[in-house]
Amino acid sequence: MSAAGKRLVGVAICAVVVCVLIGLYIGLYLTTSPGDASAAGVAGPNGTNLYLATVAASETTDPHPSWVSYYVVDAKDQNWRHATTFELPANSLVHVTIYQFDGQSGLRNPFIAQATGIIGGTFGLNGKPTVVIGPDTASHIFAIPQMGVSVPLSGVPDSAKNPCANAPCPLSTDHETITFTFRTPGKGLYRWQCFVPCAAGSIQGFGGPMQTVGYMDGFIKVV
Amino acid sequence: MNEVNHFRRVVLIWLVSSVILTPIVVLAAQGIPPGDGSVQAAGQTTDNGVLLGLSTPVALAVVVFFIYSLVAFRERDTAAVLDGPPVRGHAGVQLWWIVTTTTIVLFLAGYGTVRMLADGAGGGQGPNPIAKPTSSVPALPVQVIAQQWKFTFRFPTYGGVETNHLEIPANRLIAFHVTSLDVIHSFWAYQLGVKADANPGVDNVAYVQTKNPLTFNIHCAELCGVWHGYMFDTGAVVSGLQFASWIAQQRARFAPATKLLPPYAKQYFPDPQHRGG
Repeated sequence: MSAAGKRLVGVAICAVVVCVLIGLYIGLYLTTSPGDASAAGVAGPNGTNLYLATVAASETTDPHPSWVSYYVVDAKDQNWRHATTFELPANSLVHVTIYQFDGQSGLRNPFIAQATGIIGGTFGLNGKPTVVIGPDTASHIFAIPQMGVSVPLSGVPDSAKNPCANAPCPLSTDHETITFTFRTPGKGLYRWQCFVPCAAGSIQGFGGPMQTVGYMDGFIKVV
Repeated sequence: MNEVNHFRRVVLIWLVSSVILTPIVVLAAQGIPPGDGSVQAAGQTTDNGVLLGLSTPVALAVVVFFIYSLVAFRERDTAAVLDGPPVRGHAGVQLWWIVTTTTIVLFLAGYGTVRMLADGAGGGQGPNPIAKPTSSVPALPVQVIAQQWKFTFRFPTYGGVETNHLEIPANRLIAFHVTSLDVIHSFWAYQLGVKADANPGVDNVAYVQTKNPLTFNIHCAELCGVWHGYMFDTGAVVSGLQFASWIAQQRARFAPATKLLPPYAKQYFPDPQHRGG
């Protein structure tokens, strides 16, 4: 083979390798989904139960111990796990309980003080059926926009005598308990997020934990 | 042996390819979004066709000359590569080039300005819009409120109700008042030919004259954070009767939240205490 032919073959091989690498990169990007579900709902007689907690600051051992965050807990507020990817069954009822230990931040848009997308249109706030909360008392929102689910979480008042700072927080400290039920759609990957600018100390309250998956947002794998 | 007239050949090839390709490009442009979803979208589609039609012969002139030169002027005898004759200016060609390109650019500037006033209403024009379509009935105002990471919509003429989704009546002039509660977003309803930046504290007005019922996609077109890619929704243009029924349902459904909303204002800027954590 002539020198020119060898050069041509070399260039062609390099071009193919580059194309394959680009194809792999794009393919992996498009097919990559969050890792194994960090927390699966607990099956119950009338659906799946999901227990969560919100706290003003993560565990002291967390890479960001000052960041506000959601956690997965069990029914008795034990076994705190720092996870925001939840696996839930398709086309079924999910009963959510959120133990809310954080203070009040307030909503930018009072419109989202009303719950939407949940069974019955009401949620339980410390056992009391509730449709809407005072916008200034909101601490967080649990919202799954693609499912139309949005539930406001009341904050612990500033006057609380026994607040909890860092996770894990025992139920003996001041908290609000929010319960609601929604129905999952078909299989798929859905994102959820908080809509309150609750990332204290960051730009507009929407930096840090609001922009980092694993704190105030995550995914729901409906399987 | 007769000298080959390269200029005549190039012009002939360019002329034939332009006559064939320009109508094809103009026709194909009619299938490119935004389509025919509104008066503004249809106008934008027409403008895209005109601009592509005009640019096709220009682009072909470059491509034809380039390919022709590669073929016709290649050195066949590689053993005897010699420098070509020196290139000198040609007053006729230079004059032709300046006159032609100036004419095209001035025409495009004039055409663009005139059409912008006619079809540019769908673009955000700030609080004092210049391109305002005329209508026998007043425009229906709809406030588009962007926040990280969703759009909500407020209807000041229907009790100030705010909704999670957007429905608007067919054959009606709509005035979108686009604003943001946090960072810069962009309201892009592309089948309607509407695209307007959502800036905090700013009333960015965009108009659309709807036509027949259709569904349209809404996207945020300004990189606004980690969930920007998920900031989308589906809207609908529906008949007047369907819209009346839908907005009545929304008013009843969101009555509790409506009581909490601040009075309608074109600058929807949150209280300072809610701007940061």
